[in-house]
Amino acid sequence: MKTKFRNSERELKPATTFRPNVDPNVVAGVSPRSQFRHAIDRLAEILISGVAFFTIAVIFLIFVYVGKEALPLVWGTSDGATIASPFTGPFTWQPVSTVPKYNVFPLILGTLKVTLIAMLLGTPLALAAALYTAEFAPGRIREWIKPAIELLAGIPSVVLGSFALLVLASWVQDAFGIVYRLNALTAGIALALAIIPIIYTISEDALTAVPRLYREASLALGASKAQTAVRVVFPSAIPGIAAAIILGFGRAIGETMIVLMVSGNSAILSLDPALPVRTLSATIAAEMAEVVVGSGHYRILFFIGTLLFLITAVLNWVGDRFNRRLRERLFGSS
Amino acid sequence: MGSPVKITVSGANFFYGSNQALHDVSMEIRPQFVTALIGPSGCGKSTFLRSLNRMNDLIPGARLEGKVELDGENVYSDSMDVIHLRRRVGMIFQKSNPFPMSSYDNVAYGVRVNGLTKKRIELDEVVEKTLRAAALWDEVKDRLHRSAMSLSGGQQQRLCIARALAVEPEVLLMDEPASALDPISTAKIEELIYDLKRTYTIIIVTHNMQQAARVSDETGFFLSGRLVEFNETKKLFTAPRNRETEDYITGRFG
Amino acid sequence: MRKFVDRTFVVLSLAATVIILAILFVIIGNIAYHGTERLSWEFITAAPESGMTAGGIFPAIYGTVLLVLLMSLAAVPFGVLVAIYFAEYARPESRLYRWTRMAVNNLAGVPSIVFGLFGLGFFVQSIGKAIDRAAYSGRLVYAQPSILWAAMTMAVLTLPVVIITVEETLRAVPRDYREASLALGATKLQTIFRVVLPQAWSGVMTGAILAISRGAGEVAPVLFTGAAYFLPRLPSHPADQFMHLGYHIWVLTTQSTNVEATKPLLYSTVFVLVVLTFLLNITAILIRNRMRKWAVR
Repeated sequence: MKTKFRNSERELKPATTFRPNVDPNVVAGVSPRSQFRHAIDRLAEILISGVAFFTIAVIFLIFVYVGKEALPLVWGTSDGATIASPFTGPFTWQPVSTVPKYNVFPLILGTLKVTLIAMLLGTPLALAAALYTAEFAPGRIREWIKPAIELLAGIPSVVLGSFALLVLASWVQDAFGIVYRLNALTAGIALALAIIPIIYTISEDALTAVPRLYREASLALGASKAQTAVRVVFPSAIPGIAAAIILGFGRAIGETMIVLMVSGNSAILSLDPALPVRTLSATIAAEMAEVVVGSGHYRILFFIGTLLFLITAVLNWVGDRFNRRLRERLFGSS
Repeated sequence: MGSPVKITVSGANFFYGSNQALHDVSMEIRPQFVTALIGPSGCGKSTFLRSLNRMNDLIPGARLEGKVELDGENVYSDSMDVIHLRRRVGMIFQKSNPFPMSSYDNVAYGVRVNGLTKKRIELDEVVEKTLRAAALWDEVKDRLHRSAMSLSGGQQQRLCIARALAVEPEVLLMDEPASALDPISTAKIEELIYDLKRTYTIIIVTHNMQQAARVSDETGFFLSGRLVEFNETKKLFTAPRNRETEDYITGRFG
Repeated sequence: MRKFVDRTFVVLSLAATVIILAILFVIIGNIAYHGTERLSWEFITAAPESGMTAGGIFPAIYGTVLLVLLMSLAAVPFGVLVAIYFAEYARPESRLYRWTRMAVNNLAGVPSIVFGLFGLGFFVQSIGKAIDRAAYSGRLVYAQPSILWAAMTMAVLTLPVVIITVEETLRAVPRDYREASLALGATKLQTIFRVVLPQAWSGVMTGAILAISRGAGEVAPVLFTGAAYFLPRLPSHPADQFMHLGYHIWVLTTQSTNVEATKPLLYSTVFVLVVLTFLLNITAILIRNRMRKWAVR
C-alpha cells in the first residue's frame, strides 16, 4: 500500500476556527429561494396527481358510459325493450322487424362456438411453440422466433380478416366441402391467428421465468431435457400458462373485425361449425352505425357491450391474478 | 468539552416499520474533522449517516425518534427545509452515480437546480474550481463536454465529489466512497478527503478499518444498531475501551 | 424408448413452431405478392376514382395519419403524466395504487369494440352534445361522429399501452440517480424532469410508437365514431369525418359490388397498412432492445 498512515504521523489538531461555507445572505435553515421551489414542487405534485386522477376517472367513465346508455332498459324504452328482452322470447335475434326480437342466446352461442374453435386450434399450437422456444430451441434461433411470432400480433385484425375472407375461406370450404363460404369454422381458424401470439408470448414469458436452478436440479438427477420440460418447468409455470389461456380467451371473445368479416353474420341457433354464425361483438359492429340513437335496439346493443365488458374484465382480472400467483410462486413475491 | 460542535445527535432511535435499526445513538461531530463510522455490515452505520441529511425520508415507513441538530438547529423539525438541508449536507454514495450527462453538466447540476447562478462564466468558474478541488480538473479539462460515463470508476467517484462540492455544502457524508474502487483510486480519494477536511466537516462510513485509521480524526464503532464506542481514532484503534470494539478491530469478529 | 419419446416431444413442439411461422410467412407472402402488383406512386398520392376501382388511397392514408397524430397528442402527455404519478408519487403498497393500476391493466384487455361504444356514448352523445348546446345553440356540429371523437376514442384505447410502457421504464431508472439528485438539494420535480425522465426517454418513445401502431391498425373503435368510406374532400375541421386505411380495407373486403375489380386495390391497401404497422412495431422493438442493453451497462 502506497498510502501513508497520516494520522499516526500527525498530532490530532481540532480545528479552532470554524468558517461556515455558506452564502452569508442565507439565514441558516430556510432560504426564501428554496421556499419558492418547495411551493412549485408541491404545486407540481398536486397537478400531476390531478391529471393522473382525471385520466383514471376517464378510464372508470368507460364503464359508466357504456352502462349508462343501456340503463333505460331497466325501466323500459318507449319502443318496448326492457332489461328482460335479451333473455326472453323465442331464441331469435331479429332487431329490425315489426316485432323486434332481441334474444341474445344465439349470439352468445355463436360467440362461444367461434371462440371455442379458435381456442382448440390456437392453444396447443401456441403452448407447444412456447415450450419449444423456451426449452429446446438453440440460443440463436430463439432470439428471432419470438420477435417473428410477435410480429403476427402486430398484424391489424382487419388485415387478418381480409386475408381470411379472400384466401382462407376458399381453402377451408374446399378442404371440408362446406356449403357456406363463410362459417364458424373459418372464423374460428382466423380468430386463432389473432390469439396465438397472445397465448404464446405470455406462456413463453412464464416458462423463461422459471429459474435455471430447477432445470439443473432435474437434469442432474438424470432426467432428459423433455422430461425436465414436462415434469419440472411446465408445472412450475402453470399459473402463467393459465393466465395466457384466460387472456387469450378474453381477447377471442372481444375480437370484432375478424368475426365480423368471416363469420357470415347469421344468428343461427346451432352447434354445427359449418354454418354461418353471429357473435356479440360483430353484432355491435354491424348494427350500431344504422341504429336510431335512443331506440330500444340502440340500448340493447349497449347492453351487449356492457356484457362483453364485464366478461372480459372478469377474465382479465382472473388472468392477472394467475400471473401474480406465478411470480409469487417463483420469486416469493409479486 | 470546549470545542465547537457541528452536528449533535442525541438519543436517536431509528425504525424501518417495526424494525429498529438504531438504538439510542448519541454523538457529537466536530467541524472540520473527519469522523469515521465503522462496524460490520447491517450495524446501522449507513442508516445513521443517511439520517443526517434525511435521505431516509425517501423510504416508506422509516422514522426517527430523538434529535439531530445541525449548528444547533433541529434537522427533523417541521420548519426545517429539507431541500436546503441537503444542500448544506452533501452526500457521496457507495457506488459512483454520475448522471448520464457530460462531466460539466454533472458538476453544474446542483448549481442549476438550486438556482445559484445563471451566468455561463460563473458556472464555468464553479465547475473548474470544484473539479480542481476534487483533483479531477487536469484529467477531464479536455473532455468536459463528453459523457461522464466514459470516465474510470475512480474518476467517476471524484466527479461525484466535485458535483457535491459545487453546491457549497458545509458537511460531506460519504457512504463507503471507495469500496468499489481499486487501491490506487482509493488512495486518491483518501488524499482528497484529507485535503477537503480543511474546509468541510466530513463523515465517512467505511468497512475498511485501515481506511478509517488513515483518514479520520475520530471514529465511532457501531454494532447491532448501537454506538458502542466513539473516540479519537488513534485512541480507539490503539486502546479501545470496549471489549467488542477490540474484538472487531483485531479481526476476531465476522 | 425414452429417447424416442423425448425425440417425438421435441419434434412435435418444433412442428408447432414451424406451423405458426409458416402461417405468418403465408400471410405476409400473400399480401406482399398481391399487394405490390398495383402499388405505385399514384396509388399512394391520388384519391380513389370510379367507385374504388381506380386511383389511389391518399385520403385514407392522410386520415389515418391525422387520426394517429391527434390521438398521440392526447394519449402520450396524459399517459406519461399518469406513469409519472404511478412510478414517482403513488405509494406502491397503497390500496389506491393497487386498484388504479389494476384498472389500467384491465383496460388494456377490454375489447376495442367496447371503446367504440364508449366513444359514441361519451364523446359524441355527451361531450359533443354539450358543446353544441353551449357554443352552437343546439346546431348539430360536434354531436356526430368526427375525426376528433375518433381520435379521442383511440386515445383512451391506447392510454394503457403508454402508461404501462412508460411506468416500466421509469421504474427501471436506478434509485441511485434519484438519491444523488435529491442529495444535491434538487426538488422532487427537478429530479423527475432533469434526471429521471431524460433516461426514460426511450420508454416514452416506445410507448408512443406502440400506441401509434395499435391506433393505426384498429378499426372497431372508429366504425361509428368518425370513419367514412368515401369523402370527396380531406378533413379540415375537427368535426369532419375522415377516411381510414383499416376501415377502407373492411369496406372493400366485405361490401364491394365488383370483387375482381377492387381486389388489386384492396391488396395494395392492405400492403400499405401492414408495412406501416410493421415499421412502427420494428422501431419500437429496436428502441426497446437498445434500451435493455443500455440498462444493463
